[in-house]
Amino acid sequence: MTAASAVSGASAANLAGRFGVACTHCGLAVPPGLVREGAPHGTRFCCAACATAYDLLQSHGLGGYYAFSERREVAVRRTDRSYDEFDHPAFAELYVQPAGEGRLRTELYLEGVHCASCVWLVERVPLLVPGAVRAELDVRRSLARVEWDPRQVSLSAIARALDTLGYAAHPFRGVTRDAMRTREDRAMLTRIGVAGAIAGNVMLAALALYSGEFHGMEREYERLFRWVSFGLTIPALLGPGRLFFAGAWSALRTRTLHMDLPIAIALGAGFARGAINTLADSGPVYFDGVCVLVFLLLTGRFLQQRGQRAAADAAELLYSLAPTSARVRGSDGAERECPAAGLLPGMEVVVRAGESFPCDGEVVEGRSSVNAALLTGESRPAGVAPGGAVYAGTLNVQAPVVVRVGAPGEASRLAQLLRHVEEGAARRAPVVAFANRLSGVFVAVVLVLAAVTFALWYGRHPQAAWDHAIALLIVTCPCALALATPLAVTVAVGRAARGGLYIKGGDAIELLARPGVLVLDKTGTVTEGRTTLVAWQGDDAVRPAVLALEDGSSHPIADGFRRAWPGLAAARATELAHHVGGGITGVVNGAEVLVGAPRFVATRTGADADAWVRRLGDATLTPVLVAVGGRVVAVAGLGDRVRDDARATLDRLRARGWRTLLLSGDDPGVVAAVGNRLGFAPGEVTGAATPEAKLAAVVRLKAGARDRRAPVVMVGDGVNDAAAIAAADVGIGVHGGAEACLATADAYLTTPGIEPLVRLGDGARRTMRVIRRNILFSLGYNLLGVVLAMTGVISPLIAAIMMPASSITVVLGSWLGRSFDATATRPGGRAHGAAGAEPGTGAAAVAA
Amino acid sequence: MSVLFIVVPLALFVVALAVGAYVWSARAGQFDDLDTPAVRMLHDDGAEGPHPR
Repeated sequence: MTAASAVSGASAANLAGRFGVACTHCGLAVPPGLVREGAPHGTRFCCAACATAYDLLQSHGLGGYYAFSERREVAVRRTDRSYDEFDHPAFAELYVQPAGEGRLRTELYLEGVHCASCVWLVERVPLLVPGAVRAELDVRRSLARVEWDPRQVSLSAIARALDTLGYAAHPFRGVTRDAMRTREDRAMLTRIGVAGAIAGNVMLAALALYSGEFHGMEREYERLFRWVSFGLTIPALLGPGRLFFAGAWSALRTRTLHMDLPIAIALGAGFARGAINTLADSGPVYFDGVCVLVFLLLTGRFLQQRGQRAAADAAELLYSLAPTSARVRGSDGAERECPAAGLLPGMEVVVRAGESFPCDGEVVEGRSSVNAALLTGESRPAGVAPGGAVYAGTLNVQAPVVVRVGAPGEASRLAQLLRHVEEGAARRAPVVAFANRLSGVFVAVVLVLAAVTFALWYGRHPQAAWDHAIALLIVTCPCALALATPLAVTVAVGRAARGGLYIKGGDAIELLARPGVLVLDKTGTVTEGRTTLVAWQGDDAVRPAVLALEDGSSHPIADGFRRAWPGLAAARATELAHHVGGGITGVVNGAEVLVGAPRFVATRTGADADAWVRRLGDATLTPVLVAVGGRVVAVAGLGDRVRDDARATLDRLRARGWRTLLLSGDDPGVVAAVGNRLGFAPGEVTGAATPEAKLAAVVRLKAGARDRRAPVVMVGDGVNDAAAIAAADVGIGVHGGAEACLATADAYLTTPGIEPLVRLGDGARRTMRVIRRNILFSLGYNLLGVVLAMTGVISPLIAAIMMPASSITVVLGSWLGRSFDATATRPGGRAHGAAGAEPGTGAAAVAA
Repeated sequence: MSVLFIVVPLALFVVALAVGAYVWSARAGQFDDLDTPAVRMLHDDGAEGPHPR
């Protein structure tokens, strides 16, 4: 490469470093040519979208947005869609509810929601759009609840305003399930709260009774406290505790062993024994143990439930990708809007440039290029002509086309892909099944032991037989065991989130703890995922002419040129003509200029295109030839840059025992070259893989794994990876990936690059150590308890004291245990988290 | 010490009130979203709140 190719190697990051200029709106590097000296308040913008958003906010007095220290770190992506379908009656029927006073309400899923400033911005939409009454954002789920007055404003206008701010809106299609889940959550929280309050008060009464035991207590006060705890325990069992009796009952009916069974027996027996003793006014009462048991078990169950919850969200979000409406052309040639669900095979739909196809079908009119990255991961648009096939969800880039509907809705390739995703999510069940089997064994052992204890003691001392059996049931209560995993996982997930890693489920942590096979997507994962000008050979003087031709084109190649020379003023071009699949021609300063693919330029000029392409010296780049007046004067190489941290990260992962594979939908030659640069062996690289092939590869890897415990991990960024991500043992989405892919993934990275993968593995390993320690402790504790109870050493009273003690130990163990390093830095920010306040994490400098 | 016969029921009554308040707030959805309100309160920038007052 010569000095002429100075742009090569200039990523956004080191551009920012070199010029030190950040966009006022989004914080990305501003290309030097766009920095206007003397702009009011020293503002500068990386693109027109940011400038528009800035003006919009300032004109409504919302400049306070820029006071937030934590703002979005991604470029504003506006789609400029019309959102007309949001006003369609069919849309209203599906998603809109009345909100009283003639207002309407709906929930919108927003892309690009990340942090505090997003909440602020979205909730100020009523100030931007008169007629919008209220907007509330749930930042964790990216759901905005919007209320508006249909007499003043349409929903599409609100959606367009959100789009301008960089939040593309989609209707949220999981409304019913969401309402059900909210009800469940609230019921569980109510149970935990009630059980907690009762347990606390019964413990207080028990404290009085225990001290009375040692220091003496008048009968009347003792009786008072016994009756108080008796009275409190009844609602605890009838209310929150009913869950366990219901579970035990259904386990009995289906003749299976369930954790609820010994719990229900312990609760029931403890309560019955305590009630009899209270009435008889002698002997121990077990009410404190019973109440604390209910509370702790409910808590453990709730934590576990929440962890599993997020994975189920995946499919809902994926459905938001396909367009909800289509423009149908009738036999009279008139166009009318129609919900995508109402399309039938044989209909003709018009798809404009910049829109997604609403169905699978065949082009009957028009020529365009299609970005099928959604399905194939191939970032370069491919040309389509009449007779060519197009797929739902892919993007029409260049010109309007008419498509004859082949497979609409559920029959489309996208829908089938989504079904794979759902199936993949469901297939994760084996881990859960194993846990249930283990608990079944545990239950059986406890029940047998209790029966044995009872039988052994009954002959000698019938009264003691009851006490010892109840003591055994209470002391072996699996609450420490039930808390051991969810608690450690919850703590780990919280710390990881502060370090830029979102982990959705405990099973991901469990699986990532030991090295296995790591399958990486190429585009957008190990590369930056956008076309950049990497090499330029030839006459620099033609650059303004190239820009003139590329100006106004939405092709990624044109974007690449515009980003490469932002400061350059474009020349004036006339007679512009776009040749689909070839290039652009035009006249600049009286000379005909051609910019296009080598074959296109060669046939028009007769030049030796191959010789020019060879001058680039890099087969992974897309060559673009520039000809002026029939003579080739320059060649540009555009490509997708490999991320700066990719090689180092991969080497470290390999050193930790991971086998790495590169699996991409891109051209095999390009994939091989990138793989070679990143240290992959030739056999570890696969190109031209369709989403279905990626899925098959992951399934094959899982089936062929020698060690069942070595996980198959899929890392990707696009919807084309989603099925493979769902099918893999652990799916990981990278920063900037498609929302749908992030929704499917078990974990995703909120900072750019793949370096966090190393931290993910290390943190998972340490978390597993904490979990193993917790389980070992609680099992050992139970074993000790069993021995003591069977030999009659401990009374139910001592057992009731020992039981919460073990839980507290597990809680402390999880909290103090070293799991994730919360000190990871975020770009441009200081270290987040409170490592100093957490003993143990401070020393965990492994992620350095 | 016979005051216990009054104080303990009184304490239980207060507990019942607190539990009642908690159950009401849980049912009313105040615990549905624990992340957003935490950042929303930082935004209180004067007259122009998102909620009509």
